Amino acid sequence: MIDVKNLTKYFGDHLVLDNISEHISPGEKVVIIGPSGSGKSTFLRCLNLLETPTEGTITFDGTTLTDPGVDINKVRRQMGMVFQHFNLFPHLTVMKNLTLAPVKLKLMTKDEASEEALRLLERVGLRDKADSYPGKLSGGQKQRIAIVRAMAMKPKMMLFDEPTSALDPEMVGEVLEVMKELAHEGMTMAVVTHEMGFAREAGTRVLFMDEGKILEQNEPHAFFDNPQNPRAQEFLSKVL
Amino acid sequence: MLYLSIGDWFAGVKDWIVGTSQSFAENFKFAFIDGDRWQYMVGGLKNTLIVTVFALLLGVALGVIVAVVRSTADTIGKKRGFGNFLLRFFNRVCKIYLTVIRGTPVAIQLLIMYFIIFGSSRNTMLAAILSFGINSGAYVAEIVRGGIMGVDPGQTEAGRSLGLGYISTMQHIVVPQAIKSILPALGNELITLLKETSVCTFIGLTDITKGATIIQGRTFQAFFPLLGAAAMYLVMVMVLSWLLGKFERRLRKSDRR
Repeated sequence: MIDVKNLTKYFGDHLVLDNISEHISPGEKVVIIGPSGSGKSTFLRCLNLLETPTEGTITFDGTTLTDPGVDINKVRRQMGMVFQHFNLFPHLTVMKNLTLAPVKLKLMTKDEASEEALRLLERVGLRDKADSYPGKLSGGQKQRIAIVRAMAMKPKMMLFDEPTSALDPEMVGEVLEVMKELAHEGMTMAVVTHEMGFAREAGTRVLFMDEGKILEQNEPHAFFDNPQNPRAQEFLSKVL
Repeated sequence: MLYLSIGDWFAGVKDWIVGTSQSFAENFKFAFIDGDRWQYMVGGLKNTLIVTVFALLLGVALGVIVAVVRSTADTIGKKRGFGNFLLRFFNRVCKIYLTVIRGTPVAIQLLIMYFIIFGSSRNTMLAAILSFGINSGAYVAEIVRGGIMGVDPGQTEAGRSLGLGYISTMQHIVVPQAIKSILPALGNELITLLKETSVCTFIGLTDITKGATIIQGRTFQAFFPLLGAAAMYLVMVMVLSWLLGKFERRLRKSDRR
């Protein structure tokens, strides 16, 4: 589904991603963990070109995103993204947040989009918030809305950039619940997170990153029970 | 005793202002009613409003274009390509425009526009509208750019990650949020512009200020025409401030619900 070859990213003189090659197949739920500053968020943001790679290629469903002249907007419609700080549009109602992109991109009529939005809101138990503004919602509610906003585009893959890091502890569960449900339905997911429980429960593969490299990867249970890389061992001893 | 002395003082001031020989009402009548001289003020008001409105439209149009070019150019970094090259070129042009216009007095700009650029044509109205519009555009540009940069970059990222293009994201997500911070400053700019148009007296356009000085010349009295002109500007500014305040409150409602 997505194929990364020799991805290198510099911020100025600072090397953030060091020649990464990786492949994610349809249906996989890849969880990316690692200490802060390890490049995991940058790696995720390169996948839909929110960050432009300095070198290397990224291919999604046969389209090489890094080629000049590729319509990146078309590709991004297929890849939903959820951010740490939700990034809901504060000047629009929840309903408008969900329908803006599908309607403006002429993928659905206004009525179709509204119907789909209500169906999605129902799923995450927030149908009654359709006419509220984001400012009135709790963090957990905002993030659930942000997830269904991405899903309203009917993406083939979802990227999650530390979706629970900005939440109060008691709200983490409700967001993870939605993500697990999505995982069970077979959505292809790439998740940057510090929630090891989620990685263990919903992940199919764990990538451990540090200093711009993927140092170790494995099936979650094997990785958490028996990490091989000394940096991974040290990291896990601190967070588990 | 004190009352008397204050009364005397006022009487003295009154005599000094309007002269002893005629009453206040007679002087007022002499300034504005006789010879239908009030028409200078009304005609002046009309011209002041025309110049202000069209200069504002031109200024906002120019300002938004310059602001979008400047803030877009800030996001592309060192990327190559013909489009980016063009953008950097226009960015340079915009910077020069901002430096020159904000670095010289509007009166000089107006005189240059009228006597040098317009040359043989003596269309004072058009010269004034263009001068004030171009001048105002430079200030509006920085106001709008500040507003756009004040919107959380995460908003742009959210829009772009949904597949919306740069322009759609600007149009539906960034600019509507930027307007809230732009509007108060833009209101100030409008008020400044309205008062600044009194400079167009320099090129002989009959605005409020010119109307007042014409009456002053005819009647050899400064009090009524000049205070009348001041009162007209003041009332207009107060009405504008009130309207802007109302509009701002309405905009603010949406993000506090």
